[in-house]
Amino acid sequence: MSGFQYEAPATVDAAVGLLAGAKGNARVLAGGTDLLVQLRTGAAKPDLVVDIKRIGELRQISGTAAGGFVIGAAAPGAEIGEHKELAKAWPGVVEGMELIGSTQIQGRATPGGNLCNASPAGDCTPGLVAAGAIAVIAGPNGRREVAVEQVPVSPGKTSLAKGEFVVAIKLPPRAKNSGDAYLRMIPRTEMDIAIVGAAVNLTLDASGTCTQARVSLGAVAPTVLLVDAAAKALIGTKVDDAALAKLAAAASAACKPIDDKRGTIEYRTKVAGVLARRAAIIARDRARSNA
Amino acid sequence: MSKFHISTTVNGEAVEYLCDPKQTLLDVLRDELNLTGSKEGCSSGDCGACSVTLDGRLVCSCLVLGVEMQGRSVETIENMTSDEKLHPLQQKFLEAAALQCGFCTPGFLVAAKALLEKNPNPTESEARYWLAENLCRCTGYDKIIRAVLETAADMRGSK
Repeated sequence: MSGFQYEAPATVDAAVGLLAGAKGNARVLAGGTDLLVQLRTGAAKPDLVVDIKRIGELRQISGTAAGGFVIGAAAPGAEIGEHKELAKAWPGVVEGMELIGSTQIQGRATPGGNLCNASPAGDCTPGLVAAGAIAVIAGPNGRREVAVEQVPVSPGKTSLAKGEFVVAIKLPPRAKNSGDAYLRMIPRTEMDIAIVGAAVNLTLDASGTCTQARVSLGAVAPTVLLVDAAAKALIGTKVDDAALAKLAAAASAACKPIDDKRGTIEYRTKVAGVLARRAAIIARDRARSNA
Repeated sequence: MSKFHISTTVNGEAVEYLCDPKQTLLDVLRDELNLTGSKEGCSSGDCGACSVTLDGRLVCSCLVLGVEMQGRSVETIENMTSDEKLHPLQQKFLEAAALQCGFCTPGFLVAAKALLEKNPNPTESEARYWLAENLCRCTGYDKIIRAVLETAADMRGSK
C-alpha cells in the first residue's frame, strides 16, 4: 500500500471541503471492503482518503414521516439487515445487501459504497434501482438528488463530480400491496460475484392487477440496468404466466453482457430472463401478502 | 507522511499507538501491539483469519485502517480466555479436533463467539453461513461446525 493522507471529518461540509480541495486523487472511505482491497493491490492510489464514518447522520437508518426510509451512506449491511421495518417494507433491497460477502464484510460494507464502487455486479444496486431509490449527493454547490441508476456510468466510474459524495440513499414510501425481490446467479453456492442479478419491485391493485413495476438487472451490461420494457410487460396484468414470459423475454433482450469463463453471453442472457421471472413471482407473492 | 496518535480500547484496556494511515488494524495489532493471535491469511477480506470484533461487530481487521480506531473498541482472540480458563469454544475445538494447523483457528473462534452471542441456538445452516468466510484448508469444516453447535448446546444447558 502506498502512502496517503487520512482525514475523518465530523460534518458533511468538512468532508466536501476536503474532497473539493484535494490535490490529486481523493477517495471516500465508508465500509472500506472494496477500497482497502484496491489500496492493497495498487488498483487505487489516492493521495487523500476521507473517512465518512465520523459523520453522525451518515450512520443512521431512519424512517420518514411519509413512510419512506433514509439509509445513511456509512450504515453497514449488518445494521440494515437488523432493521425490522426496513426489511418488512423493502425485503428485496435488504436481501440484495445481505448477499454481499460474508458476516465479516456485512459488518462494514455499505449500500452507498456498493453503488459508488460502480461494479455492474454489485448485489445491492439492482434492488435500489428497482425500488426507485434516490441518492442524496453532497458537494461544493450543496446537495442534489438523483436516481441511483444515474450514479454509476461504467465499471468503476460514477457521475459524481470532484468534491461530491453520496451521503444517503432514500427509499420512497411504500404503497399497499407492494413487494420487491432480488435474486442472483453465482457459479459457486456462496461468497461469489453475481454473473446475473435481477430485482423486481411491483404494486398490485385490489383486484391483483399490477399498477406499477420496475425491473433492474445486474452483471449483464457495463452498469446496472433499469429495464422499462420488462416493467411494461407486467403493468396492467395479473402477473400471470403470459406476463411473466414477456417479462423474461424483455429482460433477456436488454442484456449486453461480457463473455468470460464465469458466464458466457448466451448463459447470462438466458439466466437474466429466468431470474427476472422468478424474482417477479416472489415480488408478486409478497405484494399479495402485504394487503 | 506523519504518523497518527491513536487512543483506543483493545480487549477492554485503554491503548495508545502511533500508526501510518496505510497500516491496517491487523498490522497494528500484530506489529505495534504484539497481539499476534489474529492471522494474516489473504489481506483481502476473503479468509477470515484476521477476524476481530469492532464495537461489537465481527469484521476482518485487514479491511480496517489502524487510523480508524480513534475512540473505538476492538476485541481479539487474546481476550477469549478469562482468568486463564479456556472459553467453552476453545475447549471444544481441542476435544473435537476442530483444528489441525491452527492458522485459521483464532478467526473461527472469534467469529463463532460472535455468532453464539447473537444467536445461542443456531441451526447448522445458520452456523455454516455465519462462518462461510472463515476458510480452513485442513479440517474440511465438519468438525468445526460440529464443535460450534455442540458448544452452543453445552452453553445453553449450563445457563
